[in-house]
Amino acid sequence: MNIPLLEMRNITKEFPGVKALDNVSFQVAQGEIHCLVGENGAGKSTLMKVLSGVYPFGHYDGDILLSGESQRFRHISDSEKAGIAVIYQELALVPEMTVYENIFLGHEIKKNGLVDWNETIKLAGEMLQKVKLDINPELKVKDLGIGKQQLVEIAKALSKDVKLLILDEPTSSLNEKDSENLLQLLRDLKLQGVTSIMISHKLKEVISIADTITVLRDGKTICTLSAANGEVSENVLIKNMVGREINNIYPPKKHTPSKEVVLEVKNWNARNTALGRDILKDVNITVNRGEIVGLAGLIGSGRTELALSIFGNPGKYQIQGELYVQGEKRNFSHPEEAIRAGLSYVSEDRKGNGLILIQDVKQNITLANLKELTARFVVDSNAEIQVANKYKADLSIKTPTVEQKVSNLSGGNQQKVSLGKWLFAKPNVLILDEPTRGIDVGAKYEIYTIMRDLVQKGMSIIMISSELPEVLGMSDRIYIVASGKIAGELSAQEATQEKIMHLATN
Amino acid sequence: MSFFQTARKLLQQNIREYGMYIALFVIMVYFTIMTEGTFISSRNIVNLVNQTGYIAVLAIGMTLVIIIRHIDLSVGFLAGFLGAIAAIAMADPKIVAAGMSLPIYIVIPMTLGLGIVAGLITAFLVAQMKIPSFVASLTGWLIYRGAILVVTESTGTIIITNDAFNAIGNGFIPDIPDIGILPGVHKLTLLLGLFAIVAMIFSEINERKNKQSYNFETLPIEMFVIKLIFISTIIGSITWILAGYQGLSWTAVVVLIVTLVYHFIMSQTVLGRHIYAIGGNPDAAELSGISVKRLIYIVFGSMGMLSALSGILFASRLQSATTTAGNLFELDAIAAAYVGGVSAAGGVGKVIGSIIGALVMTSLTSGMNLMGIGISYQYMVRGAVLAAAVIFDVATRNTGK
Repeated sequence: MNIPLLEMRNITKEFPGVKALDNVSFQVAQGEIHCLVGENGAGKSTLMKVLSGVYPFGHYDGDILLSGESQRFRHISDSEKAGIAVIYQELALVPEMTVYENIFLGHEIKKNGLVDWNETIKLAGEMLQKVKLDINPELKVKDLGIGKQQLVEIAKALSKDVKLLILDEPTSSLNEKDSENLLQLLRDLKLQGVTSIMISHKLKEVISIADTITVLRDGKTICTLSAANGEVSENVLIKNMVGREINNIYPPKKHTPSKEVVLEVKNWNARNTALGRDILKDVNITVNRGEIVGLAGLIGSGRTELALSIFGNPGKYQIQGELYVQGEKRNFSHPEEAIRAGLSYVSEDRKGNGLILIQDVKQNITLANLKELTARFVVDSNAEIQVANKYKADLSIKTPTVEQKVSNLSGGNQQKVSLGKWLFAKPNVLILDEPTRGIDVGAKYEIYTIMRDLVQKGMSIIMISSELPEVLGMSDRIYIVASGKIAGELSAQEATQEKIMHLATN
Repeated sequence: MSFFQTARKLLQQNIREYGMYIALFVIMVYFTIMTEGTFISSRNIVNLVNQTGYIAVLAIGMTLVIIIRHIDLSVGFLAGFLGAIAAIAMADPKIVAAGMSLPIYIVIPMTLGLGIVAGLITAFLVAQMKIPSFVASLTGWLIYRGAILVVTESTGTIIITNDAFNAIGNGFIPDIPDIGILPGVHKLTLLLGLFAIVAMIFSEINERKNKQSYNFETLPIEMFVIKLIFISTIIGSITWILAGYQGLSWTAVVVLIVTLVYHFIMSQTVLGRHIYAIGGNPDAAELSGISVKRLIYIVFGSMGMLSALSGILFASRLQSATTTAGNLFELDAIAAAYVGGVSAAGGVGKVIGSIIGALVMTSLTSGMNLMGIGISYQYMVRGAVLAAAVIFDVATRNTGK
């Protein structure tokens, strides 16, 4: 029997409170293209980070064997030396540097201790030929399109004598033509003896290219399927990806939403002029009073961009289309106006743009609505403490006092502070972006219960979520977003995980 | 909890805040001992306060700028340039000869207004053109330096003869008529000090009652009394020292007013809270409905106005405008802010802290001058103190509440 090129045995990786990988075993044969599929958060990226040494030896349990030899990677450079190269979703190129500088960045060609630029340029040209990219290596990377940049990344990997190429969602930001080119390149490289692991959400691609497919779910290996002749169907994959039973972790619905439309987006287009990309195309959605509307879709499909473009457009996208809030046509130029019109947006990125970590609980809770506590220019600090204590009690935020710095709280409690902050802004429409990301089951249930109470009181909620069970368990109605478009709309009754996945991966 | 345990806990929780007070106290005691009391003499302290004035107002503005994660290098020469403008408006021979000399009550608002305009120009570069403030204000540094040379080119030093203007940097508040008690002591200064103590005690008690009515945590009563006695003693002794010479200087009055206004804005108003929020996390602040752009204009505008005030204080103190006025003021102001506990990472810092920082730096200069230490070593000592302050800031960032 052949020794597999890569074998990962019984890998377990825990983060505080979460088991990201639970006894995962994974084998890749020499010369194959192996695809790794699973929902967001299934553990695919974590597994690849363990393999590449991002999580060093000792920070996980289990064994990694390359061609039968046990490996202990303490750093990314160790795995690179062993012939493993990872190409991440966010490209790791330096935009201001030339193509040849990028290709040999970190392993420069040296002669007498100095960089030999002539040799570098020559070799870079050879690498570019290998990836069938016909460009001048002296161009700056920032002047290339995203598809070509991806190829430069692969050329960089090849320049390091790669044995195992790992691609994390390589086609997520590519158009169809570039995607097809990339897949063809992977097939060619296979003929040259390069083994690849590809993580992808696009199941059609997976089926067309994979020799073997491994499905991960909730940090566990579910199955490994041989797919050399394309005999695996999308349905089989989806079933395996989402196959978990929905446990009773969602509080029951208490009421039916009214027919009154509180928010409507019509023919909504947005363009990111800085990147030169259209991010939203002809989006039409409505939200009724007392309704929880789910926005499902894959990461990067444009859900957060849609929310932000409605919420005062802080990203300064170029927008076309109409927005109606409570029947009135609005045109917000800053989040401040959106807040005043009764919108709130609880960010998916608590630490990045949700909370001010160096400030305390009360200052965070009152920030978006300080006006309410202000008389004759002075903020009433006593009333502020009262407000903060009220939300501390209502949302059961676990903190000794509201004067505690937010950075000292756990993720779930930080999320509740973020929620409290936006509830104090007294919204009619609350946009929750990944409201339960990275928090434990108990805190999740509490947040679901709060959401149910809020809609019962007449608030409307738009919930962006990558967790399908959550979307199904909480939403009254679901929009599926894919590549900046609304790919479909499902009522709570007709929606299933399979249907959503079909729409989201097309 | 015993009394000492409470005291210790309070000290530990607030070490960041108390650190610089302790530093100032230690420095003052050290120089008083080394100069056998000359340092703490009324005359020296009054001088020290007047020397701190023009840096202190810059440090206040710089505090806000650093809190929102920016920097303004142009303030020194801007101060020098605007001081020269004020001097010319009042005293240029040609203007005087033409009968167009402007009175002080026009010159001062005009100079402050020009300062605001200069600050808004920097803000435009930073907020609208997205130029890093370091570079944007460096262009100002160069331009205003050239501008001083242009306006003082023909005459060199411009002598200011307006007594009212010169009193700002050199004069003292008038005293009440002698009524036979406390001869040689400035009685109005004493009265003001007494008034300040009473007002402070009254407001503290009021605040405490207010908190108790909400059932919020307050200091234990004995700690509260000690705090009141402590602050009263400090205000009292400063007043006594100042009153022993010529009383409160106009510079001190100006700095006190600016400090109180900015302290009030930063600690009590929505504007202040928004400034701290932007410094803490600009993205979160923007999403919370705070216009970061607008606040950049406000903060740099205020910085420009305070630069003008600094220029007025300095020109008035020297009774003239010189070609070198404003040289290195910006670095003194930045150093004062850092020594006073403003965090280089943004979002943290207090106006009062920066005033204390400015006092620390001037005390070092003054004390070392009295001890006869050469200017070369003075720079090194001040550098070491700045380094110590920043290390202290980093080391205590994650302690306390």
